[in-house]
Amino acid sequence: MREPVRRAFPPAIALLLLLAACGGGKPEGPAKGTAVPDVPAHGDAIVEGSIGDVSGFLSAVTSDSASHAAAGYVFNGLVRYDKDLKLEGVLAGSWEIPPDGRKITFHLRKDVKWQDGVPFTSADVMFTYRRMIDPNTPTAYGDAFKQVKRASAPDPFTFVAEYARPFAPALESWGMDILPKHLLEKYPDISKSPLNKKPVGTGPYRFVEWRAGEKVVFDANPGYFEGKPYISRVITRIIPDQATMFLELKSGGVDTMDLTPPQYARQTGTAEFRKSFNRYKYTASAFTYLGFRLSHPFFSDKRVRQAIACAADKKALVDGVLLGLGQEATGPYKPGTWAWNPNVVKYPHDPARAKALLAEAGWKRKDNGGTLVKDGRPFEFTVLTNAGNEARAKTAAILQQNLSEVGIRMRIRTVEWAAFINQFIDKRDFEAVILGWSISPDPDQYVIWHSSMTGPKELNFVGFANPEVDKLLEEGRSTFDPEKRKKAYFRIQEILAEEQPYVFLFVPDALPVVQSRFHGIRPALAGISYNFNKWYVPKALQKYRIEP
Amino acid sequence: MSGGVGIRRNLARRLLRNRLAAAGGLVIVFFFLVAAFPALFTSQNPDRIDVASILRPPSAAHPLGTDDLGRDVLARVVYGARVSMKVGFVAVGIATSIGLVLGLLAGFHGGRVDAVLMRFVDIMLCFPTFFLILAAIAFLSPSIVIIMAVIGLTGWMGVARLVRAETLSLKERDFVAAARAQGAGTLRIIFRHILPNALAPILVAATLGVAGAILTESALSFLGIGVQPPTPSWGNILTVGKNYIEFAWWLSLFPGLAILVTVLGYNLLGEGIRDAADPRLKGR
Amino acid sequence: MLLYIVRRLLWAVPILVGISLISFLMIHMAPGGPISVGTDLNPKATAETRARLEAYYGLDQPLYVQYGRWLGRMATLDFGDSFSPDGRSVAEKIRERIPITLTINVLSMGLIFLVAIPIGIYSAVRQGSLFDRVSTVFVFTGFSIPTFWLALLLMILFGVKLGWLPISGIGSLEYHSLGTMGKIADRARHLLLPVLLTGFTGLAGMSRYMRSNMLEVIRQDYVASARAKGLPEGTVVFRHAMRNALLPVITILGLSVPDLLGGSVIFETIFAIPGMGQLFYQGVMSRDYPLIMGILTIGAFLTLLGNLLADVGYALADPRIRPG
Repeated sequence: MREPVRRAFPPAIALLLLLAACGGGKPEGPAKGTAVPDVPAHGDAIVEGSIGDVSGFLSAVTSDSASHAAAGYVFNGLVRYDKDLKLEGVLAGSWEIPPDGRKITFHLRKDVKWQDGVPFTSADVMFTYRRMIDPNTPTAYGDAFKQVKRASAPDPFTFVAEYARPFAPALESWGMDILPKHLLEKYPDISKSPLNKKPVGTGPYRFVEWRAGEKVVFDANPGYFEGKPYISRVITRIIPDQATMFLELKSGGVDTMDLTPPQYARQTGTAEFRKSFNRYKYTASAFTYLGFRLSHPFFSDKRVRQAIACAADKKALVDGVLLGLGQEATGPYKPGTWAWNPNVVKYPHDPARAKALLAEAGWKRKDNGGTLVKDGRPFEFTVLTNAGNEARAKTAAILQQNLSEVGIRMRIRTVEWAAFINQFIDKRDFEAVILGWSISPDPDQYVIWHSSMTGPKELNFVGFANPEVDKLLEEGRSTFDPEKRKKAYFRIQEILAEEQPYVFLFVPDALPVVQSRFHGIRPALAGISYNFNKWYVPKALQKYRIEP
Repeated sequence: MSGGVGIRRNLARRLLRNRLAAAGGLVIVFFFLVAAFPALFTSQNPDRIDVASILRPPSAAHPLGTDDLGRDVLARVVYGARVSMKVGFVAVGIATSIGLVLGLLAGFHGGRVDAVLMRFVDIMLCFPTFFLILAAIAFLSPSIVIIMAVIGLTGWMGVARLVRAETLSLKERDFVAAARAQGAGTLRIIFRHILPNALAPILVAATLGVAGAILTESALSFLGIGVQPPTPSWGNILTVGKNYIEFAWWLSLFPGLAILVTVLGYNLLGEGIRDAADPRLKGR
Repeated sequence: MLLYIVRRLLWAVPILVGISLISFLMIHMAPGGPISVGTDLNPKATAETRARLEAYYGLDQPLYVQYGRWLGRMATLDFGDSFSPDGRSVAEKIRERIPITLTINVLSMGLIFLVAIPIGIYSAVRQGSLFDRVSTVFVFTGFSIPTFWLALLLMILFGVKLGWLPISGIGSLEYHSLGTMGKIADRARHLLLPVLLTGFTGLAGMSRYMRSNMLEVIRQDYVASARAKGLPEGTVVFRHAMRNALLPVITILGLSVPDLLGGSVIFETIFAIPGMGQLFYQGVMSRDYPLIMGILTIGAFLTLLGNLLADVGYALADPRIRPG
C-alpha cells in the first residue's frame, strides 16, 4: 500500500482553536550549493493545479480540456504528436499509406497490455471505431470516423482504415483514446459505463481515485510499454480560482500550473522565485478574435470590417491584456508552423484609415465627435463574450475604447458560457463576439470556414461563404502532399486577411511553471508536456516519499 | 399621545447626542456628495484605459493607483459610489414599499388576509436570501436593474412584519377609535396616526437595509454576477484586486475600505435611530 | 410538550407546500423554460437530452399536473440530473457537499454562542463603559465589513505572509495517511479561517440582542428585588437575569441558518472548500437549473428545520410557553 509521507510535517496540536504553528510545507531541498546527482530516479509525486473539474475519463464523450488532460494519463491513441508537432506512433508501431492516399494500414505494437492485464489487440481499435460512429455514443468527435468507408482487422496486430477519398486529417483522428473492448462492450452508451468514472487504459498511469471537486490521483503504471514513468504519482488538484492556485503554488501545495500574464510578468520575477520554480514561455496553440455576424447590415460590408481591423489597436491588446506575452494574430494559424503564411495583408493600428473606410461605406459623423450615423441609424452594436474570462473582458474594454475613437459605439455584454452557446451562438442571436479557437496541429479548418458548416450547432456560426475558400478547403484535406496542402492553406489565409470575417486579434503565450525539483523538461515546439513520462526528480530532491 | 412633531423632535435630539450615530450620518452625507458630484473629487475618466500605466501604485498622477488596464482607481472608486448609492436606495425603496403595503394590509384586515400574508412571509423567510438572489440572477441576467429589483423583492419581509405589528397594536388604541368615530377614512388613519408612530422602526429598517443592500451588491459584483465591468463598482474593482492582492494592495484596500466605511455609517445611524426611539432606554 | 411539537410540525406543512410552490414558479421563470440546456457544443447529446428532459418535466401536461409531479419529486428529494457535463443526479452532488457546509456552519454557531453572549452580557452589565463602547464598534465592524474582503485579507496574512494556516481546501494531500489526531488537527487548520470569518460576521446580531435583552431584564422588578435582598451581584446576574435573557438566543441561532448558508457561497468559493455553497455558485455560473433549484429547496428545508429546532428548544427552556 502506498503511504505518501510529507517529510518535515510534524503533527499539529489537537485543540480545535489553537493555531498550529507548523510550516505550510515548504519543500525541504538540500542545502544551497550542494551538488545533487542529476540522475533519473523513480519516485515522488507531482501536484498540478486545474481550474476545472473532470467530468468523465472517456475523451470521446467529454469536451472539456480538464477531462481530456486527465484521460491522457490513462489512455493512448494509435498516434500522437511529438515534440516537433509531427505525428508519431504510440499504440501503432508503424503505418503505411499507399500513394492514392485512401487507406491507412496500422501495425500495432505487440507488447501492450491493458492495465488489468488483458492484452491489447486490433479488436479494441475496431471496437473504438464502431463506437465512435455509433449514434448511441454522445460524442462530438465522430465526424472524422464517419469518413471511413471500411475498417478491418485482418489479424490481432493490424488495423486497416479505408476512405472513399484521401482524407488528410484522418491520421490525426487516430490519436483518439482507444477503448478496451472487453470492459465496455456490454454498455451501449459508454458515457454511462463505470469506466467513465474509473478508467482502465493502456497508458502510463493508472487511475487511483477521483474526489469530485477536490482532486484526481493517478499512480505510475509499472507495466507501461514505453517504460514505467519516473514520477510515481500524479495528483490533479481542483482549484477553481487562478489567484488561489498561485498562492498554493508558492506555498508548496501545487507543483505546476499555467500562469496568467500578470503573474508571469509581475509576480514571479524575483530571484527567490526562480530558485524554486522554472518558468516556461512558448507560443500557445490558440488565438483570440472578434467575430462578426456576416449577415448583419453593418458587417456585411467588407470595408466596415477592414475599418474595424484598422481601428483595433492590436499592439495595445498584446501589451494590455497579455503584458507583452504574446503576439498579434494575422490569421487562424499558429505563427511558426508549416501552414502559417507570414505574408498576408496586415492591419496596423490606423484610426485615420479606419475613418476613411467607414466614410467610404457611407458612415458620416452627425456632429463633430460623436457616433457615426448612416441612413438615420447610429453605428452602435453589442459584442458578446463569455463571463469569467479576464483576458476577453479586458480585450473587450480596450476594443471599446479603440472603436469609440473612430465613432463606433460598442457595448459589452458578458454571458455565462452555457447560455452563450445555447441562446446566442446557436440561434445566431448576436451581432459580434469575442472568442477564441484552439488550433490543432493539422491545418484543416474545414469545420470553421466551409460554407456548408453553417447549420445550427456547427462551427461556421459567423456565416462565412466564399467559393474559392470552399474549394481550397476541400483541396487541402483531400491530399497528403504537404506542398499542395501548403499552397492551398496559404491562399486561404490571403483571402481571410482580405475579407476579415474575423478581426484576428492575438496569439497568447503559454506560461507554465514547474517546481524546480522536476528535471528532464525540454521545451520544444509542442510545449513542455510531450515528454512528461520522462520527467523525474533526483533522489535527493524528492519531496513525497512514495513506496513503489 | 398621537403621532406628530413631539416624537420627532425628541428623536432628533437624542440622535444627535449619540456620537457614533452622528458620525455615521456624516459619512453618509459625504458619500452622497461623492456620488452626486463626482467631478469634485476626481478629474479623471474612470473608463480611460492606459496600457502604459498598468498596475501602478499610488502616485501624484493617480492618488489611489491604477488597475490592471491602467485606469485610475480613485476615479473608479468615486464613480463606483454612484452604483452603490443607487442600488442601496432603489432596492430599499422597493423593499420598503412592498413591506409597507403588505404590512398595512395584514394589520388592518386581520383575520384570513393576515394569516395568509404572514404565512407568505414565513415561507419567503425560509429561503436563504443570498441563494435566492443568486438564483434569480442566474435565471435572468446580471444588470443593475435586475439586481436592484431582486434585492428589493427579497428584503421586504422585515418591514412587513414591523408595519403589521405597529398597525395591529395601534389599531385598537383609543385615539384611532376616536378618529374613526369622527368619520376619518382608513387612509387618513394610516397617514395621520399609524405611519408617524411606525416611522422610527421603518427608518431603522430602511437604513440598515441600505447597508445590507450595498454589501449584497458588492458581494455579487465581486463574484462576477453583479455590475459588469467596465462599469465600475466597488465590488468588481475588488474582483480584480483579488488577483493581484499580494503586490497591488491599493486595488484591494481602497474599495474595501469604502464599502466598510459606508456600510458602517448606515449601520451606526440605523442603530442610533433605534436607540433614540426606544422608549425603554429613556432617561439615559 | 409533545402536543406543542406536533403543532409546530403541522404548521410546517403549509410552509413546505409554499416552498415547493415558489420553487416551481422559479423554475418556470427561467428564460426558455426548464429546458434551457447547458454546456455541450455537442449536437447529439443536446437533442437526446432535450427529449429526455421534456419527458421528465412532462411539459405537455397542464400546469397543475406538472406541479403535482414536482411536489412528488421534491418529497423524495429527487431534483433530477445536473446539467453539468458529469450529469450526475443533483441529490447525489448535494449529499456529497452538505456535510462540510454544515460542519462549518455549526462550528460558527458555536463560536457565536461562545463569544457573542459573554460580550453582550458584559456590555449590558457595564453599560456605557469603555468595554461597552469598544465592543460595540468591534461588533459593528464585523457586521459592516464586506466578508469577502476580510476573507482575502486574512488569507493573505495568515496563509501567505505568516504561513500559519493553509490557503485553501479542506485537507492536506497527506490527510489520509495521518492518524486520527493528525486528521482532526489538519481539518481544524483548514477550517479555522472560514469558521472564524463566518462567526465574526454573525457576532453583531447576537451580541446586540443579548445586550439589549440583558438590559431589559436587569431592569425588571424581580432583579431589583433580588438586589434588595442583598444577593451578590454575580448571583443576580447569573441566576436570574441570564437565564431569562438566554431564551431568545436559541431562536436567534436557529434564525441565523439562512444567513450562514448564504455566506457559505462566498467563503467556500474564496477558500476553495468543496461545500454546498461553492456548488451553488458553480451551478449559478453554468446555469445548471436543476442544481440551483435543488440547493435552493434544500436550503429552505434546512432553514425550516432550524426554525423548528429553535422553537422546540425555546419551549423546552421556557416553562411559561409550554402549553397546558
